[in-house]
Amino acid sequence: MIDQSDNVIKLSSINRRMFILGIAKIIILGGIVSRLFFLQVKENKKYLTLSDKNRIREWKLPPVRGDFQDFFGNTIAGNFEAYQLHLIPEQVDNFRYTMNRIKTILELSDKEFQKIIKRKKEIKPWETLIVADNLSWKNFSKINNNLYDLNGVKPIISISRNYPFKENYTHILGYVSQANENDIASNDYIKEKFVQGLKVGKIGLEKTFEESLIGNNSIERYEVNAYGRRISQLAFQQGDKGQTIKLTVDTEIQKLANELLIDKSGSICVMDIFTGHVVAMHSSPSFDPNSFVFGISQDDWQLIRNNPMKPLINKSISGNYSPGSTIKPIVALSALENDIVSPKFTVQCRGHKHPLELYGQTYHCWKKEGHGYVNMREAMKQSCDTYFYEVARKLGVDKLSETAKKFGLGKKVFGNLFDNEKDGLVPNTLWKKNALGRNWLLGETIITGIGQGYIQTTPLQLCLMTAQIANGGHKIYPTLLIDNNDKKDKFVSLVNNPENIKFIQEAMFSSTNEIRGTSYRSRIEDPRYQFAGKTGTAQVKRITERDRELDLKTSEIPYEERDHALYVAFGPYKNPRYAISILVEHGGSGGSVAAPIAKTLFKKIIDRHDVRKDFVSKKYLEI
Amino acid sequence: MYLHNKLENKGNFFQKIKNLDFVLLTCILILGIISLATMYSTDSGEVLFHTKSHFVKFVIFTLLMLIVSFFNIRLWFSLGYFSYLAVVAMLIWTIHFGITASGSQRWIDLYFINIQPSELMKIFIILCLAKFFHRKRLENVNSFYSVIISLIIIFLPMSLVIIQPDLGTALLISISGIIVLWFAGLNHKYFFYSLLITIVSLPFIISFLKPYQKLRVLTFLNPDRDPLGAGYQIIQSKIAVGSGGLFGKGFLKGTQSYLEFLPEKHTDFIFTLFSEEFGFFGSVFLLLIYAIIIYRIIKIGAISRSYFAKLFCYSFGASMFVYIIINMSMVLGLLPIVGSPLPIMSYGGSSMLATMIGFGIVMSAKVHSKQSIA
Repeated sequence: MIDQSDNVIKLSSINRRMFILGIAKIIILGGIVSRLFFLQVKENKKYLTLSDKNRIREWKLPPVRGDFQDFFGNTIAGNFEAYQLHLIPEQVDNFRYTMNRIKTILELSDKEFQKIIKRKKEIKPWETLIVADNLSWKNFSKINNNLYDLNGVKPIISISRNYPFKENYTHILGYVSQANENDIASNDYIKEKFVQGLKVGKIGLEKTFEESLIGNNSIERYEVNAYGRRISQLAFQQGDKGQTIKLTVDTEIQKLANELLIDKSGSICVMDIFTGHVVAMHSSPSFDPNSFVFGISQDDWQLIRNNPMKPLINKSISGNYSPGSTIKPIVALSALENDIVSPKFTVQCRGHKHPLELYGQTYHCWKKEGHGYVNMREAMKQSCDTYFYEVARKLGVDKLSETAKKFGLGKKVFGNLFDNEKDGLVPNTLWKKNALGRNWLLGETIITGIGQGYIQTTPLQLCLMTAQIANGGHKIYPTLLIDNNDKKDKFVSLVNNPENIKFIQEAMFSSTNEIRGTSYRSRIEDPRYQFAGKTGTAQVKRITERDRELDLKTSEIPYEERDHALYVAFGPYKNPRYAISILVEHGGSGGSVAAPIAKTLFKKIIDRHDVRKDFVSKKYLEI
Repeated sequence: MYLHNKLENKGNFFQKIKNLDFVLLTCILILGIISLATMYSTDSGEVLFHTKSHFVKFVIFTLLMLIVSFFNIRLWFSLGYFSYLAVVAMLIWTIHFGITASGSQRWIDLYFINIQPSELMKIFIILCLAKFFHRKRLENVNSFYSVIISLIIIFLPMSLVIIQPDLGTALLISISGIIVLWFAGLNHKYFFYSLLITIVSLPFIISFLKPYQKLRVLTFLNPDRDPLGAGYQIIQSKIAVGSGGLFGKGFLKGTQSYLEFLPEKHTDFIFTLFSEEFGFFGSVFLLLIYAIIIYRIIKIGAISRSYFAKLFCYSFGASMFVYIIINMSMVLGLLPIVGSPLPIMSYGGSSMLATMIGFGIVMSAKVHSKQSIA
């Protein structure tokens, strides 16, 4: 059928074509090999990196926050081990059953239960579900006892913020809480270190020192698969705890301050008059910052927010108050410094029936019967208003404001340390023109002389003012931090004539320790504790003629309209070391409400001073 | 004469074993072992379903290959048209009663095994066309009649497979057919013209493509346009191969596959896994095994006395080569993703069955190389 010659042609044709294709095959094979060489040898590094990028993922853990310590090294804000309950949904055989078991063991309410179920739906099945973030020891042990029945449930001990002295340091330290979007956006440190569950300072020193406190994240490096599931841990890099910050405060005094102001609204500041160390600074009422760490409940929050005594405000530095009579030492000092009057200058105070009259306005002394003829020392001692009206009139507001500013009024004491500190206000003619656009009135000078009118101070400013009077008129820089090595000019004199300061100190002594002194009843005779002070009663409302006739007792006036009671003092008198300021909002008169607090406080302060001294000398010995 | 025949028949069985191509057989066995090891790795170092199933299939189909090789090449010649028609029938059956998986209807259920007729067609189209051209005189090959018939033989299964839809396999079937036409001596000008026509009509062909197929072409041209979507496979595959380096990451240590970054690692992307774990040297070794297999197939074709056997061997060898190259080019990012398995290595019974039948017929041609077909 097929003839031989055709077959030969066919065979030669197929073999020729085979040869052509064979060569093509070799070339193509070479192409594949060179492609392999290109990928695997030449570009190997690039693809190796990409492959590692694929499979290795890092997890940041929340960093351990630095502590706050008081002067004696007691931790006042630290960390504690919070008992938490974590659960990985995919490791649980029967989620519904397990959750119901947990619900009964922990006695969760339906609302809490629903919240957890909702959160479970938002995460991937292999991600951690935090069932409870702060369990009591009792519940934690109950869970541990029932673990045989709770597959996939993990009891975890995690580190969390703790304030052992609760409400005592709330206004100094502030508190931490879950970082929100604002925190992340406003602070690069937080942004860099953010992980789910990171807590950051919201207010106070916790916020100011966020960058030192926050610490460094621990990093876990895991091998993950294509779906992001962790397969194995490759490395663990231990993070660093944040810095410990040492404060100048004394917890014993701080605690006493809290006790003294309990159920009252007010502030106590205590300052070392030489170093400027703030030994105590309390604002009352306070609240427990621990309740914010795991998120405060709506009810508790409303309770704090709607409290008429305003626990959220740090009254020591954010409360602007009329200083009342506590300004009188500065008025007197200013008059003496400017040679307006001498200490012998005498004024007759004739009581309510014969008030000082100026341009049709009347200016009353607080004492109905009047003080009679008073010189400067007597006027300070008995806090005669009429005398200071007269001195202020002669002095003028501009000179007064100059002295007041020199002594620390009218500007932030801590500078940028707190973002909620207020400046206060020391008025002068220029200020009124600029701020209100009107000319200064003489009457305004007169009421400024007794610390009313435009003038406003924070309790801490009053404390600083008193401290600088007590140390002989030298400039100090108040601080809350021990390691504050600012190279500021220390101890610059603020007065021209040291005798003037001596006189003021002596007058304040008489006010507390001599009969008819406004705080005579709160004196301590033991020279070890003896202190000198000046009372103040700041009106919050203008006193009308009707009020004067009624002459109501404090308890009979509505709370909102009662006077603020103030007291500033320093001690021990013979060898002064500490200055204090006390404010009781709507407390009544300074002499009857604020000064008695000072009596208790000074005992403690002086006793603690020895402990403080010992502690410092021991510290040097150790070195 | 009768006695002589009988004597010959007696020694037949041992004679046939002796006549087997042991180099080819060894290479197939080595390939089988490599594929089993790789399959074991895809199962994350455990003997799981894929490994077991692949092992069983490999053993059965290797035995089947030997059985096929013991039958006279004349039998396979005579079954040429019949087997082709049987597979066409199966393809038609598939269209109506096939099993659908991942969007296309490719398998038919034979109760003990699911079979993919389109894979079998890759072999039987060669067998059919080889028979068709065996009888043709060279001058008749280029006649209008034979060109039309051969084109029908190619286009019929091709269109049946496109309907499934499985463009990749359809292309491979047609390439197998075209290879036979080339060896049969079809005039070069036909190839030249049809290539020209294809290039000219490319825009029209593309407009007929399904959206996902267009996406594959676009992705091939620029894999980075959608790295987590359409480009994911090819990018991850390149990362796996590239990160293997000279010596590879080591057996069972391929992170890309072990951590499930590699898609389709049992089937189309098996070479990626192998290459990641055994590196450049491993890959070249694998290529060498394939090259030896193809070389032996061509060698057998060269020594075969019958034109049919020669044509089949050459075409089968060339087709094997094309399958391997297309699969590798695809995973190395040289071609768009078309579903094409790597012979023997990839998981999949039908593909292995077809390849083994092919090897069996080649072996049969070797054993019966002195046999001429009238």
